[in-house]
Amino acid sequence: MASRFCTESWIREGLPSFFPLPAVRICEWPDHWLRGAQLAGLADAPCKTTEKNAVANNLAIDNAGRESAEARLANALVGFKLRDNAFRLLTQTAAWTVLILLGGVIASLIVGSMPAIRAFGLNFLSTEAWNPVTEKFGAMAPVYGTIVTSLIAMAIAVPVGLGIAIFLTELCPYALRRPIGIAIELLAGIPSIIYGIWGLFVLAPFLQEHVQPGLISAFANVPVLSGLFAGPPYGIGVLTAGVILAIMVLPIVSAISRDVFETVPAVLKESAYAVGCTTWEVVRSVVIPYTSVGIIGGVMLGLGRALGETMAVTFVIGNAHRIAPSLLAPGTTISATIANEFTEAVGDLYTSALIALGLILFVITFFILAISRYLLMRLHQREGL
Amino acid sequence: MTTTSNQQDDANGHAAENPATAVQATDHVQSQSAEKPILQAVIQPAPLKQKVAVRDLNFYYGDSLALKSISLSLYAHKATAFIGPSGCGKSTLLRVLNRMYDLYPNQRAEGEVILDGVNILRPEQDLNLLRARVGMVFQKPTPFPMSIHDNVAFGIKLYQKLPKAELRDRVEAALIQAALWGEVKDKLNASGLSLSGGQQQRLCIARTVALQPEVILLDEPCSALDPISTAKIEETIDELKENYTIAIVTHNMQQAARVSEYAVFMYLGELIEFGVTAQIFTSPEKKQTQNYITGRFG
Amino acid sequence: MAIYDTRRRRSKFYIGLCYACVATGLGWLALILGTLLFEGFRGLSPAVFTQMTPPPGSEGGLKNAIVGSLIMTFLGVAIGTPLGMLAGTYMAEYGRHSKLTLVVRFINDILLSAPSIVIGLFIYEVMVVKMGHFSALAGSVALAVIVVPVVVRTTEDMLLLVPDTLREAARALGLPRSIVIGKVAYRAARAGLITGVLLAIARISGETAPLLFTSLNNQFFSTNLNAPMASLPAVIFQFALSPYKEWQQLAWTGALLITLAVLVLSVAARMLQVGRPGK
Repeated sequence: MASRFCTESWIREGLPSFFPLPAVRICEWPDHWLRGAQLAGLADAPCKTTEKNAVANNLAIDNAGRESAEARLANALVGFKLRDNAFRLLTQTAAWTVLILLGGVIASLIVGSMPAIRAFGLNFLSTEAWNPVTEKFGAMAPVYGTIVTSLIAMAIAVPVGLGIAIFLTELCPYALRRPIGIAIELLAGIPSIIYGIWGLFVLAPFLQEHVQPGLISAFANVPVLSGLFAGPPYGIGVLTAGVILAIMVLPIVSAISRDVFETVPAVLKESAYAVGCTTWEVVRSVVIPYTSVGIIGGVMLGLGRALGETMAVTFVIGNAHRIAPSLLAPGTTISATIANEFTEAVGDLYTSALIALGLILFVITFFILAISRYLLMRLHQREGL
Repeated sequence: MTTTSNQQDDANGHAAENPATAVQATDHVQSQSAEKPILQAVIQPAPLKQKVAVRDLNFYYGDSLALKSISLSLYAHKATAFIGPSGCGKSTLLRVLNRMYDLYPNQRAEGEVILDGVNILRPEQDLNLLRARVGMVFQKPTPFPMSIHDNVAFGIKLYQKLPKAELRDRVEAALIQAALWGEVKDKLNASGLSLSGGQQQRLCIARTVALQPEVILLDEPCSALDPISTAKIEETIDELKENYTIAIVTHNMQQAARVSEYAVFMYLGELIEFGVTAQIFTSPEKKQTQNYITGRFG
Repeated sequence: MAIYDTRRRRSKFYIGLCYACVATGLGWLALILGTLLFEGFRGLSPAVFTQMTPPPGSEGGLKNAIVGSLIMTFLGVAIGTPLGMLAGTYMAEYGRHSKLTLVVRFINDILLSAPSIVIGLFIYEVMVVKMGHFSALAGSVALAVIVVPVVVRTTEDMLLLVPDTLREAARALGLPRSIVIGKVAYRAARAGLITGVLLAIARISGETAPLLFTSLNNQFFSTNLNAPMASLPAVIFQFALSPYKEWQQLAWTGALLITLAVLVLSVAARMLQVGRPGK
């Protein structure tokens, strides 16, 4: 077995045979390396690394023509060590590269948005106007749209996703658990552009014809809601984008909540049943409190996805740079603005303003995702105890 | 309706049993003792009340038979210990008594388990009410993720709406019964998880007791605990006998001898011997029991 | 008993709600897949694979987009996988308890769900601006940046599943660490590592946002890595938002192709995982 691993080739990859070997070094090599080299057929006899052997070793190398077994062994060991260090260094560099990637993302976004930051300063955040002609840009409308669509999405996806997770862990017959679970995980992997195109061709017309007129007339006389559901039913708009996002985030929230619910020890649930709890009471009083940290982590992860989502939203948001009080009106989000306008942007300031939007998006999602990962990590640490 | 009146009786501090069920229960004692004359001989001084009767119980995990035609009785205000090597079905039997197995598909029981004259294995049995009457303490402590007070009050609140003060009294009473009050009375609002293992286990006993059940099932309650905590819990069990019927699964033979009046020896899903603890430990009838008790296997 | 009745009713009510959630959630998703299959298969024909994307108002296929997607996906995986695997190897083997691993794991998890459009902006800044034009290479690198965190994550997880006794046994033979990793740990975790790559491919095959301003799009067939290249997601984006019936139909068909590819890859990844150690 060992000889299969230790082929001549990687001995050759090592240092050339005239590499000087100080006697002391040989004695320092761990025994198991020597043993490995012997096993690999490099040394014929059990070889004690005594001073005498080492000297003989050096002598053998001096006579370059006749390589003794010890010299080959020594070469192999140098090869081992070199290879080991090189591989270690290589992997470590790769690990650093991951950090550098994130650093690069942040740095390039900051550099790219400098012109916009210089031109508008903090007013960028509080300006609603977005006028490429006069080169007056403000991030308020897209930021508002991003947050509102994500909130709508979470308001729908979290309860429904938790319901699905409860069903999967507590109610579902065992035979169906795996198939439904797998189906949800597969759906979580479907590209968001699919949700976008469906939203554009199916959901938006459906909402326009059947749902939005109903909402408008139903809430016409209710004080606050009449403002939220006002105006003509466009079909596309903030509400539709929120609904599409909800459908897209739903599998993610369900899958994570299910994983989190499964960390509840069976015996804890049993002891709740043992005091006479109903299924709902077990969920309400034991499962949810026990996993609250993980649920919040999962919800934040879903929120992070919703905030940064581009394609599902871009198709149905309507791309209007204004903050309308009505949820039915067209709006825009950060990612939709960038996707729609970036390639058409003329002038440095326009491009820079779009990159600045990207920076804002990145900062928001970074914090949301960081909190989410921290919470999920805490849950797993507890589970490990 | 029977269950309802029993609940109320219980709330009145375990007064006399409902007459109707009491009659039925005595019936069972008679039929049972007719089958097992040994018991009758020992049970002379005080008339024993049969609380739970298990008859011809078979239990299946999927297709495999885990309990083979078990018949035995639990007597009121007595502790019955279940002993036997690992995997012999002791815990399984315990989990039939409050139908905990019902949470899992592929597990089913056949036969009868009669609690106060009513077969609890019948499909229309309400499981939540049953479990409120038959409490259970698990091998590992399982405090709920809430405060000490709420852990104990949790079960009470499920069945009764009590004023705050009264609820506090009930919690205190339960903690006193579980011999935990002195240690936690100043930190009732601390998390149940902040207690030591032994304290957590007594908290779980308090939680069970607070519901004022009729039967308490203990599934190796001391196996995860140190000797001092074990001693405290054994003391607690001794006191609980005054009010409750107790079934305890244990691996520790000394513990079985210390806390129980009756003992059941099981092996490979079969009931080998059932009798008075002292007799099982001093002069067992069956060879297998003797071997196990003297440490020759298991 | 009144309390108990209320409790039982409440439990029934909430359990009913859970069933409703499942019905709604799965219903929606079934509806999406149903529409996609119906609309997509309607336009599926050999022409889709043999003809170029058409000018507005005429018939055509998706050949250039399909080829472009394949090329860029392949390149993205080819660039991203080695980097991700090496980083994952460091985290699971050399630096299992080091601070660097903790930080990289955290950062990697954030990259894993970072908005992909931001990745596109990043590559635009460092490649498109520097090179002076859009290119398929920039698109591939953008995809590679998305591949890396997926592969890092699975590599680390899978290597950690390899039992330490196996490593110890190999070390006891006297093999140095790099050989133990290369010939023993990788081999033991092989199925898991391939799973990671498959998942990464599935992840990037539908990515649109990072391609929009790196590889842009191309009406014509091109294999020049230094020039803009068509890709399925970008073509879907353009065609779906157009007013032309033929283009919209092609968008549906393209969406179907992507979905099928993703589903096949995910199922393959899952089947590989069945035989993996642990979990």
